[in-house]
Amino acid sequence: MRNFAIRRFIYMAVVVFATTALVFVLSRVNGDPRNVLLDEYTTPEQWEAWGKKLGLDRPLIVQYGIWVGNAARGDFGQSLSQRTNSLDVILQRIPATVQLTMGAFVFAFIVGLPLGVLSAVQRGSALDYTGRLFALFGQALPPFWLGIMLILIFAVELEWLPPYGRGSIQHYVLPSVTLGWLAASGFLRLMRSSMLEVLDSEFVKFARAKGVESRWIIWKHAFRNAMLAPLTYAGLLLAGLITGTVVTETVFAWPGLGRLAVQSVYANDFPVMTGVVMLFTVVYVGMNFIVDIAYALFDPRIRYY
Amino acid sequence: MSTSEHTAYVRDLAPRQDAAAKFWRFIRRWPVIPAAILAVLVICAIFAPWLAPHNHLWGDLRAPNMPPAWLEGGSGKYLLGTDNLGRDLLSRIIYGARISLQVAAIVLLFGAIGGTAIGLVSGYLGGQVDEVLMRFVDLSLAIPFILVALTVLIVLGQSLTVIIVLLIMFSWGGFARQVRAETLSLRTLDYISLAKVAGAGTALILYKHILPGVVNTVIVVATLQVGSLILTESILSFLGVGVPPPTPAWGLMVSDGRDYLDTAWWIALFPGMAIFLTVLAFNFIGDWLRDRFDPRLRQLSD
Repeated sequence: MRNFAIRRFIYMAVVVFATTALVFVLSRVNGDPRNVLLDEYTTPEQWEAWGKKLGLDRPLIVQYGIWVGNAARGDFGQSLSQRTNSLDVILQRIPATVQLTMGAFVFAFIVGLPLGVLSAVQRGSALDYTGRLFALFGQALPPFWLGIMLILIFAVELEWLPPYGRGSIQHYVLPSVTLGWLAASGFLRLMRSSMLEVLDSEFVKFARAKGVESRWIIWKHAFRNAMLAPLTYAGLLLAGLITGTVVTETVFAWPGLGRLAVQSVYANDFPVMTGVVMLFTVVYVGMNFIVDIAYALFDPRIRYY
Repeated sequence: MSTSEHTAYVRDLAPRQDAAAKFWRFIRRWPVIPAAILAVLVICAIFAPWLAPHNHLWGDLRAPNMPPAWLEGGSGKYLLGTDNLGRDLLSRIIYGARISLQVAAIVLLFGAIGGTAIGLVSGYLGGQVDEVLMRFVDLSLAIPFILVALTVLIVLGQSLTVIIVLLIMFSWGGFARQVRAETLSLRTLDYISLAKVAGAGTALILYKHILPGVVNTVIVVATLQVGSLILTESILSFLGVGVPPPTPAWGLMVSDGRDYLDTAWWIALFPGMAIFLTVLAFNFIGDWLRDRFDPRLRQLSD
């Protein structure tokens, strides 16, 4: 088990390095950051001095090394578009994204799990078909279009909810649904199949034979056991949600990390960009790591690799 | 009792099926509706220049934001209305089918070939080779794709080729993983050992004896992947780094329509609907194929 964890950890580090190195090299290919930073009144001497200051005169690999060293100490350099510390720019955006992700997760949880259980219990019923339709839609709806259509219906036509921005609790509804629908589908399908499996098991049959009340069997006996699979899956879902914020935040003008990533890419603001990508990658890979370990703890058969 | 009497008796016992029930059973057994949607889509993609009623790149600037024909103010000339530059939405959606399917087809072709080759080699040779190749697969599946694609496309500039290459890198891992798993179980079978004894080389065994056994899996994985490929392509288009304009990519059309939501909602609605129906149809067919040909793969997504 310890070997397994160590190997997965090393592997996780490799992914983070590979991704950031890729983005770092790309950002330097993209153009000289001095073009954004300095104006046309700059003298050639100042130009050179800035080059030295930013380390642009060194080979690329050294530049990356320096960047990693600084990043490890939380220093991502100056943001080129906002003229402040990149780390502050990034940190500022974290709460909005965390709240949005939580909103989506809550939506996925409170819709996906009960619907999955009921679909399994009343297999073949109208409710089951509704649930499966909900899941099929979740996997086929383009997230940006879903968001725009929700805005059209609930903000433009009905005027029930605000179309974009962040503030009151109402602002959370549409973005959370947009981001959470796919995850809800995942929960639903997993909960349904896992519940079907448990309902078919011996101990449930025994409880039925004993005459235990049906509702008690479903929620007390079966549900608890069927929960394990969706719970371990939750980590993966969370990782997926985090990259999903890139689209959702763009649609709803949500002031979070996903939008910052898009904005900094367009603005050629490479210190912020590499910082955001690194943060996303660490969270994403970290979630996968936790899920791997959790699986291995629950199911020893997985440890072989 | 003679045979004819017997069959008559049996026929009487069988439940009578009226046409409606038969039709319903047919619909439930075969994916008729998704197949019809896909047929329309493929026909649109191939015959776009003949089917599109108007030019898809140039519009009539005197008729911007025209509503669909059945709404007040709409005209029969523009069935689904026009966008902010007076371009016919229906024609643009028809041409958009071409882009989406083209990208998906090329990506799947290369992704499937590359992934299958790597999966075969990895599963058959095992050992260090397997270890290294599978770590690469893990790597390709562990990277937050949209972010990396966004950066690459901004830096290298928008082009169809770059998008296709990126999507191939996103797609091959799934093939490699499944084919490897399949190869692992195939290589222990007797006929493979016999081929080895008979003196067949590795390449020959892989090509002649293992490849035919994994083709089903490859087809199923491919159909299951089409949907997410089309979605990913449309997301890139929406973020503004997709197929360069004025080529009508569906995602870009939705993004264009966003600014006219309160006055001309149809600009965003119809192209998105096209993406949705396409992906839905492909996912449906994928699920159906999997259940029919390769139920073992069920654990993948269920």
